Amino acid sequence: MTYIDPHIHMVSRTTDDYRRMALAGCTAITEPAFWAGFDRSSPQGFFDYYRQLTETEPARAALYGIKHHCWLCVNPKEAEDPGFAREVMSLLPKFLEEPNVLGIGEIGLNKNSKNEMAILEEHLAFAEDRNQLVLVHTPHLEDKRKGTLLIMDAIANTKLQPDRVLIDHVEEHTVADVLDRGFWAGMTLYPETKCTPQRAADIIEIFGTERLWMNSAGDWGDSDPLAVPKAIVELRRRGHSPETIRKATLENPKTFLGQSPRFDAGDA
Amino acid sequence: MAETRNPNPMSRTDVVDAYFLEHRAKLLDIAAFLDRVDRADHGTDGPEDFRITAMRNALQVLDDDQGERARRVLELMSDETTDLVDTAPGKGACGTPPPSTDNGA
Ligand SMILES: [Zn+2]
Repeated sequence: MTYIDPHIHMVSRTTDDYRRMALAGCTAITEPAFWAGFDRSSPQGFFDYYRQLTETEPARAALYGIKHHCWLCVNPKEAEDPGFAREVMSLLPKFLEEPNVLGIGEIGLNKNSKNEMAILEEHLAFAEDRNQLVLVHTPHLEDKRKGTLLIMDAIANTKLQPDRVLIDHVEEHTVADVLDRGFWAGMTLYPETKCTPQRAADIIEIFGTERLWMNSAGDWGDSDPLAVPKAIVELRRRGHSPETIRKATLENPKTFLGQSPRFDAGDA
Repeated sequence: MAETRNPNPMSRTDVVDAYFLEHRAKLLDIAAFLDRVDRADHGTDGPEDFRITAMRNALQVLDDDQGERARRVLELMSDETTDLVDTAPGKGACGTPPPSTDNGA
């Protein structure tokens, strides 16, 4: 079965991961700009990162027949210094011209601070001005529910259409609010801190597959670039129909991402 | 309880057959973890670590037959305040609100 992993940080993964993902049926991925595990010391550090996302990774993915796309922003973990964040944001207009850029992301909140919110609002205004799709990171663990609600309120203060915004890393205590407000919702399959393949399958059973997708968010931490095919196996093991599985892991990503004419699902 | 949109095609017995041993093992992990905490050197005789208290509260949710346990455990371990904080206190999260967060509960 072919699938799309709509959130994975390939800059942190090996070429062997591309190979294994291709073997498992992955035809396309999207890679949001994120925190590298350390704070970059200058805007030039981001300039090089954006080059990696728009030049290096698409070429690396192409070796395995995977279409690579990305999202650009200053992630919330590096938004606590607004002056620095604004300097980095000034690089965005140039890179938005690159052909694999789908929109702004992953923006959002991390510790639900005032500075994080100020930079989030500036990104939202930027996306609104340029009619960009938006991919949202929601905070971790105890901060998630509060942050998710604050982020949705901030988006509601803009003219951005909810069906052009995906709110990622939903769990059982946030998914209903996100879907009820008309946003797309992403479930991130992490071994410990977010959703397991089993819980993602449970959420699909309870909430259906409308505007819901799943991703591995594979990165430099404890994560699994094959998490989506593992969730496919979990759904199949329970006896869910190929249509249900296909909708959650292929058709939904195609529908949301296809709102950008730059999105290419590959052989899917 | 939310309406179930894509019912699990498995019977209740099938579900238990498929997952019981895995979750029996996870239950033992929690039991052994709490024993490990008990055995560890106290250091100071202060109050119980807030994370362990949160875990004890969550364990009660598992046994109260009110359903939607995953959602309710996550809510129990969520910051219930609504105001933005002045400055981000670092980048990480610890899994349940620390005592400095007034959770109203
Ligand atoms: Zn991410």
